[in-house]
Amino acid sequence: MERAELNKKLIELAGKRFKQETTGLTATDDFFDKLGIDSLQAMELLTDLEDEFDVEIPDYELQGVTTFEGLSEVIERRL
Amino acid sequence: MSAFPWQARVAASIVKKRLGDKRPAVAHVPLAFEGEALRYSIVGGAIEVELFREPCNEIGTTMLSELEIVARLLQEDRHEARALIFYSSVKRGFCAGADLRELYEGLIQKHETKVAGQLGAIKEKLEIASEVRTFIDRIHAVMDAIDTAPITIIGAIHGFCFGGGFELALTCDVLVADKSARFAFPELRLGLVPGFGGIPRLRRDLGNAVVRDLLLTGRSVNAKRANQLGLVSQVVARGEALKVARMVAQQAARFDPATTRAAKAFCKPFPREELEREKDLFIELLGSPVVEAALKKFVESDSVRPYLP
Repeated sequence: MERAELNKKLIELAGKRFKQETTGLTATDDFFDKLGIDSLQAMELLTDLEDEFDVEIPDYELQGVTTFEGLSEVIERRL
Repeated sequence: MSAFPWQARVAASIVKKRLGDKRPAVAHVPLAFEGEALRYSIVGGAIEVELFREPCNEIGTTMLSELEIVARLLQEDRHEARALIFYSSVKRGFCAGADLRELYEGLIQKHETKVAGQLGAIKEKLEIASEVRTFIDRIHAVMDAIDTAPITIIGAIHGFCFGGGFELALTCDVLVADKSARFAFPELRLGLVPGFGGIPRLRRDLGNAVVRDLLLTGRSVNAKRANQLGLVSQVVARGEALKVARMVAQQAARFDPATTRAAKAFCKPFPREELEREKDLFIELLGSPVVEAALKKFVESDSVRPYLP
């Protein structure tokens, strides 16, 4: 899967999870700020991502990851 | 090794005051109960224990006191139930673990009432150790009673099942998890180890390698992975765990109670010595300044990201 496609998919998943409009969201956006979520909600998103891409992502690899682009990078390592 | 274990025992004999010892005076354990953190009733031959304390069923003195009532109910035969189901009606999950705010406030309170000088510091340390041991002894008694109950104990898990919540889940015989469930031992982030019996029970059920992976990295695993590891019996769709747990309870109730009791005693050995050692280790580590600093950071943080590793 291309990076751009992956970014798009992540934004879609996040929008679905938090019931938010994704128009205007970009890969470099800080998803905490843009979606107004906290770290516990980020864990919910993590579960969705693991389920969707059938990968296992250790929480510590997400340390400092705040953008969809960053999330894509972590997922790509396991695809 | 520190002398904390013996200090704690000496302290226990000389310090009478207990940290938040709010055990209610219940003469007879009721067959239905409505508390501040949980409620239970007997439904279709199974005791259903609903945890409902926001934000995520943190285990502090209130939850502990009410879990003690559940433990006492299990120790009586009056209920005639053949299974028990633990579940949470809190959106965020089953249980996020120990009430860290309460723990931190207890430590701070001790500092405020501390007598000056070296003797004051020693007295403070002894008092903290004693009070923590009292709490730990009580929560272990509860977990042990659930673990060894002669009926089938089922955990219906969703969302966060972290720390003390994971330890409660580990006392269950069968875990049904929905797809939102995540399991973790984040205690090392606080400079601690799990203190409610989690390590011995996870080691008993899954082995040392799994304990090390989860404990030494603090990472969480989802329901699917937990199922692959053998921790979770069934993974179900979001919101379906309780329904499926009820079916497990119905099935368990079909068997002869004495046989269930014998089978459970045979296949679920009680790791008594290791549980005792875990208590000592937890109390020893709690005396470290690392823990207080980590708790302070956690409690006083106003960041939306305090849970990130």
